[in-house]
Amino acid sequence: MSMWKGLHMTARAAHGIHVSSRFIHKHTQLCTLWSRNINTGRPVQNEFFKDLENQFKAFREKAADAMPGSDWTPFEKNRSLPPERADIVIVGGGVVGWSIAYWLKQKEMIRDGVRVLVVEKDPTYSQASTVLSAGGIRQQFSLPENIHLSMASADFMRNINEHLSVLNEDPVDLQFNHSGYLFLASEKVAHIMEENYSTQRHAGAKVSLLSPTQLKEKFPWINTDGVVLASYGLENEGWFDPWMLLNAFRRKAISMGVYQCFGEVTGFRYTTNTMTTAEGDKVDFRRIKYANVQMPNSLEYQPVECAIVVNAAGAYSSKVAEMMGIGFGPKDTIAGIPLPVEPRKRFIYVVHCPNGPGLDTPFLVDYSGVYFRREGLGGNYIAGMSPEEEEEPETNNLEVDHEFFQEKIWPHLAHRVPAFECLKVTSAWAGFYDYNTFDQNGIVGMHPLVNNMFFATGFSGHGLQHSPAVGRAMAELILDGGFKTLDLSALSFKRIMTKEPMLERNIV
Amino acid sequence: MAAPLMLMRRSCRQVTLLVATSRYRSSIPVALPSLQARLLLFLSQHFHDIETLLNWSSWFKNRGLRQKNFFYGYTQQNYGDNVAAAYYILSLKGGFRFAGQSEWFRSDRRGKFNWDFMNHRDTSIEEVDVSNTLINYTGLENLVEQRGLRTLSVSGCAEVDDWFLSRLHIFQDTLEELDISNCPQISVGGLAALQKLRGLRRLDVSSLPRLQNPGLVAILLEEMLPHCRVTAVGYDHSLTYSPTQTDAQTRIDAQTQIKAQAEAGPQRLTREVERHNQSRAW
Repeated sequence: MSMWKGLHMTARAAHGIHVSSRFIHKHTQLCTLWSRNINTGRPVQNEFFKDLENQFKAFREKAADAMPGSDWTPFEKNRSLPPERADIVIVGGGVVGWSIAYWLKQKEMIRDGVRVLVVEKDPTYSQASTVLSAGGIRQQFSLPENIHLSMASADFMRNINEHLSVLNEDPVDLQFNHSGYLFLASEKVAHIMEENYSTQRHAGAKVSLLSPTQLKEKFPWINTDGVVLASYGLENEGWFDPWMLLNAFRRKAISMGVYQCFGEVTGFRYTTNTMTTAEGDKVDFRRIKYANVQMPNSLEYQPVECAIVVNAAGAYSSKVAEMMGIGFGPKDTIAGIPLPVEPRKRFIYVVHCPNGPGLDTPFLVDYSGVYFRREGLGGNYIAGMSPEEEEEPETNNLEVDHEFFQEKIWPHLAHRVPAFECLKVTSAWAGFYDYNTFDQNGIVGMHPLVNNMFFATGFSGHGLQHSPAVGRAMAELILDGGFKTLDLSALSFKRIMTKEPMLERNIV
Repeated sequence: MAAPLMLMRRSCRQVTLLVATSRYRSSIPVALPSLQARLLLFLSQHFHDIETLLNWSSWFKNRGLRQKNFFYGYTQQNYGDNVAAAYYILSLKGGFRFAGQSEWFRSDRRGKFNWDFMNHRDTSIEEVDVSNTLINYTGLENLVEQRGLRTLSVSGCAEVDDWFLSRLHIFQDTLEELDISNCPQISVGGLAALQKLRGLRRLDVSSLPRLQNPGLVAILLEEMLPHCRVTAVGYDHSLTYSPTQTDAQTRIDAQTQIKAQAEAGPQRLTREVERHNQSRAW
C-alpha cells in the first residue's frame, strides 16, 4: 500500500511541476510588490496542490451529476427508494429473478452496460416459493426442453464456484445430495415411463430403468407391491439447499452492481399504440414507460423509468400482468388471454422415523403422487403430495392442513415403505407453486402485445431446478435478441395464444 | 505522464453494501484474513485494474486445472481407449496396473515414464492409483471406457468432490476397492452417491475434513453397503469440552450437542438463523 501511495504522491508532484514553476514566478512577483514574508517551502506547495487535486475531483463529480442520466436530485430522498432510472427492472427477487440479474450482468459487454434493478416485496422471504421448496433437481421429465434445462442447471451447480464466487467471501456450498430420483410406475402408466425414458436418454440424461426385483435388491426397504417399472436417475439428480443458491446469486449480482429494492410494484405507466389488422380489428400495443415501486408499509412510491420489465414474480405473476391490462381485452382476441399462472398451495411435512431407510434413500416419487426424501442424518424425512384438482386448498394464507397428511399421504407412505408405519410428524410448512394452469410448464419470453415485458414464470414446481439455465436464456433473449445456448422458443407465450399445450407428464 | 500511474477508481457504493451484508450474515466468529488478503481486497474494491488482474489470475489457475484434465480424444482415436487412459493417468503423475499383469506403470516425480504401456493396446486397466493428483470430474471422461476397473485410489486429491463421486456409477459393476481418504471437498452428499457401487468390498473414508459426524456416517455407509468393509480412521470422536462449565453441565451439553447434531435438520436451522439475521439487517 505504501508503495502505491508513494508512487501516487510522486505522480501528483510530477503533475504539479508545470503548475508549480509558473506559480513560483508569480509568488516572487507578489513578494517584491508587497514584501510579504511568503514561505515557498516544499510542505506548503504540497498542501496547496493536494487541495487543488481535491477541488478538481469535486468539480468532476459535480459535472457528472449535472449530466442527464445521473442520480442526483436537489431533494433529500429516502435511502431505500429505488433509483429513478433503470434499464431493466426485474419484478420478483426469488431465485429466478436473481439468476436473471446475475446473467444480465455477466453478459453485458461493457462495465455498467445495463442498470439492473431487482424489486422484491418481502424482505424476510417468509412466503417466497424459493425458500419453501423441497429443493430437488431431476432430469426425468417428458419434455426435452425441461431435460436440457435441468442438465444445464446441474452443470452450472457443479461449477458454481467458478461462476458465483466473490473475492474474500466463503466459497458457495449448496449441500448437494447426489442421491437421485426414483419414480415408481404402476401398470397403467408404465408405457408413459418407457417413452419418457427414451426421451431422456436421447437428450443425454443418465437414467436407468429397474424391474421390481432389481428395485428390491437395490433398496431392500421398499415394498414393490403394485410397482411394475421404476426409473432411477444415476447422475446430476438429488436435492440441495435453495436458500444457499438464492444467496449465492444475490451476493454475486450485488457485487457486480445490481440494485436491490424492497418494495412492491403496484402499477405501470405505459404508452399505447393502436394498430389495425388487415380485417379491420384494432389491436393495442403497449410499451411500459414507468414502473411504480411502492415502499413496504407506506404510501410512498417511486416511478422507475425503465426500458424492459421482467416478470419473475412467481405465484403473483398474474397480478403483475393484470397491471398491464393483459387479459382485459375482448374475449376472443390476443388481448383477452390472461397470463394462466396462479398460486397453488402445497404442503411439506417433516417426519421422524427411527427405523427408516438410511443414507441410500433417493427422492422417491410414487405413482400415487406421494413423494418423500431424506433430510439430514438423524432419521428425518420430508414428505408431500400434489392434491387432486378438485381438492386444491385455499391460497389466501400459508396455514398447514394436518388432516391431509393423516388421510392422504400416510397410507401411501406406509404402503410403500413398511418402516413408515410408525412415524411422527415433527414439523410442516406450506408454500405456493406458480402453477401454470394451461400446461404446467414455464412461460419464457416476451408478451406479443406488451413489447417490453418478458416473462419467466409459471414453472409449476420446477422453477428452482431450472433457475440457472432460465436466467441465462432470458439474458440471451434480452441482450442478444434470441436464444443462443438453449432454444426455449417452445416455451414462449405463443403456445398460449394458439391454445396448443405442451403438457409435462411428469409433474410432482 | 501521470495518466499511466493513475489507476481507475471505483465508486464505493456497492462495497459498503457488501460489507454491511457480510457483517450481518456470519453468526460464527471468523478469524481476520491475513494482511495480504485484506490488502488485495482493499485494492480490488478501489481499483478496477486490480480487480481485473485478480480475475485473470483465477482464470489462469482454472486453465491449468483444465489442461491437466483434457480429454485425450486424438489418442483415443488413434491408439485405442486403454492407451489413452494409460497416458492420461501417467501425465497426471499417477500409476496403474493392467489386467492380467503384476507390474505397475508409474511416472516419477519429474513426470518421466516408461513407454512400454503402448504395447498393450487391448488390455484394460484393472487398478488405478491417482492419489495426490489433480484429477477431477472432467478427467473421468478419459476413464469412462475402462469397464474392468477394480481398484481406484484418489486419496489426497484436492479436486475430487461430490460430483466426481456421483460419476463413479460408470464402474458400478466392477469396482471393488475405493480409497477417498483425505479429500478436502467430499461431504455426505457425495458419499450417498456411493450407493450405486454394489460391487464395492473395501471403502476408505478416513480423514475427510468436511464430514461433521464421521462416526454416524461410517455406520450409515456400512448399512448402505452391506458387503463392504468401511475404514474410517483419523477422526476425533471425543466430546467437545468447554473449560468454564462444571462436569455435570458438560455432560448435559455434550448429550444435547450430539442429539442436536444428529436429529435436528441442520439445513433448516442455519436457514432460520440466516433469515433472522437478514431481517434484522433490513
